[in-house]
Amino acid sequence: MLNSPLIVFLKSQNNQEMATDYLDWELLIRQARRANLLSRVAVILKQSSQYESLNENFKKHLKSAFLASEANRRSVKWEVIKIHELLHNKNISFCLLKGAAYSEMDGDASKGRIFSDIDILVRKNDLFETEKTLVLNGWFSSYLDVYKERYYREWMHELPPLRHIKRGTELDVHHAILPPTSRLKPRVSDLWASAISIPNKPGLFVLSPLDMVLHSATHLFHEGEFVNGLRDISDLDLLLKEYVLKGGKWQSLVFRAEELNLGRPLFYSLRYTSILLNTPIPESIIRSVDQFAPPGLMLQLMDALFLRALMPDHSSCNDRWTGLARWLLYVRSHWLRMPMHLLIPHLLRKSWMRLIGKKTY
Amino acid sequence: MFDLTVEDYSLWGETGVVLQVGRYRIQVSTEIPSVSRHLSELYAKDCFDKVDGNIDFHVSLKASKGFRRWFRKQVVFTFDGYTPFLPLPFNQAPALFEWGLNWCIANHSHQYLVVHAAAIEKNGVTIIFPGTPGSGKSTLCASLVCSGWRLLSDEMALISVDTGMVHALARPISLKNESIHIIKHFFPENAMGEVVNDTAKGSVSHLRPPDESVINVLLPAKPTHVIFPKYMKGSETLLKKTRKGRALLKVAENCFNYNVLGDKGFELLSQTIDRCKCYEFNYEKLEEALIVMDGLD
Repeated sequence: MLNSPLIVFLKSQNNQEMATDYLDWELLIRQARRANLLSRVAVILKQSSQYESLNENFKKHLKSAFLASEANRRSVKWEVIKIHELLHNKNISFCLLKGAAYSEMDGDASKGRIFSDIDILVRKNDLFETEKTLVLNGWFSSYLDVYKERYYREWMHELPPLRHIKRGTELDVHHAILPPTSRLKPRVSDLWASAISIPNKPGLFVLSPLDMVLHSATHLFHEGEFVNGLRDISDLDLLLKEYVLKGGKWQSLVFRAEELNLGRPLFYSLRYTSILLNTPIPESIIRSVDQFAPPGLMLQLMDALFLRALMPDHSSCNDRWTGLARWLLYVRSHWLRMPMHLLIPHLLRKSWMRLIGKKTY
Repeated sequence: MFDLTVEDYSLWGETGVVLQVGRYRIQVSTEIPSVSRHLSELYAKDCFDKVDGNIDFHVSLKASKGFRRWFRKQVVFTFDGYTPFLPLPFNQAPALFEWGLNWCIANHSHQYLVVHAAAIEKNGVTIIFPGTPGSGKSTLCASLVCSGWRLLSDEMALISVDTGMVHALARPISLKNESIHIIKHFFPENAMGEVVNDTAKGSVSHLRPPDESVINVLLPAKPTHVIFPKYMKGSETLLKKTRKGRALLKVAENCFNYNVLGDKGFELLSQTIDRCKCYEFNYEKLEEALIVMDGLD
């Protein structure tokens, strides 16, 4: 599976001597499309000399994906302006997370990235006012079901997803980066303390570069679904190179992870970015994050699961265990999120709702 | 006509058959006889024989699994493992193939401004008929194509962002409800697929495009006319100039990806409208409509 043309292509960005001339481009495009990475492949190729020598048949798909991601980027920038207008009027500060933050910073990780929604972080005591302001201005909650509403409000670190009634954009409003019931408990105040204010947009912040890396890692390795798994690995690869490698901040990254209690997600992200994409991480750092590794057998199991689930969700990348791996990681994500006495009733209810045909569960 | 026996269809199975549609190659895997029949009857021999290059879209049509295999059988369309639509009743499989392919092209072709419109060409006159539902765009397009015009596309006009030229697809023309009878009545010699009743759009059938259109499918055409057709009972045949600004807004409303292309889309569309003669066209009698269209220059 690790020789999938998409993985080889992404890897070759970190390995100058790797040849990409004989890649199966048709399969690469199919895998990239399923992994939401086609526009990123397009951006990388457009900046290289290889693009001109490519067959017109492939170029048309790259061009199309590139234009779609440009449109996506424009729309996210526009939404951020609109949300900032609303919240700034109420004196509410907020912090952009993930994709929207990468695009605000115009970083490498924003290039060719497709956003499905916008994530923002507000302080918990601003949450009520934030929701009220947004709802009054056309951002409506997409779930009306009483159970889901309660699930989000009691146990989650975010409001039920909001959707703009006219523009259809989705907005996730977080007040923490992990659910309050989860096993890892990074303090949100620590994140706010080092957040960076965006010039000329008072009240608008992004996480500090190191926290941005750690948040991306935490998000990915607590996720239950990996539709965008490889995209997120590629984000991490780009974030690490731009914000950690360039400034020589590896040691600070490890300290910060320890401070925020996010050592485990950092361990996983360094492990899988280097295995999958050959991200250039110093040997000493790999050794120093070993302290955050799960015990030996557990690590073997996690390798077996993650290395399957992080592949593009495409028939050419699946083996007989892929389905099981994805399912186990889905269960794991819930286990990480809630203690047993909350988790079991929740999962039972979910499976019952699915059984009686409510597709959205 | 391309000759395939029922036995041959079963050979298509897993790997499927590859169709050349304009600049796209589509691998269709299906074991549903109505789909295989649809493909072999409504796609020209060239679509199967002149396949050249890599595959653009891998699609499959399969009967849905589980108890639905026996009870109210359904058909599922998948695009390379992704299922964009809910399953439909099994008899709608051929129509679902066409709609699925529309979806594939419309969502992955931002190298074009994709306009919901029919487009035809004859002696250098290239007409785009933007389609508001019920305007009779497909009926008019089918009649013209059966009377010597070249079919570029019935459902989507693809205007190249690079060149401003319309690129052809020459796929079967989708006809609905009364238009099926009208076209059968006026052009009985043209092949039409089976009529599928009770779809979301009513009864649907497809008309096979002339082989000429398929043979010339790679020739781009420079748009010269934008015409908004309107079928009205009891109406005179009336071709009326329309203001360009209005035409631009109306076409923009009918684009699938105007927002995706942003300023590029606006520039391309305004250049196109600028170059074209823009009309509104009311008609009832097809014979008269054909004469008017033939008189355009």
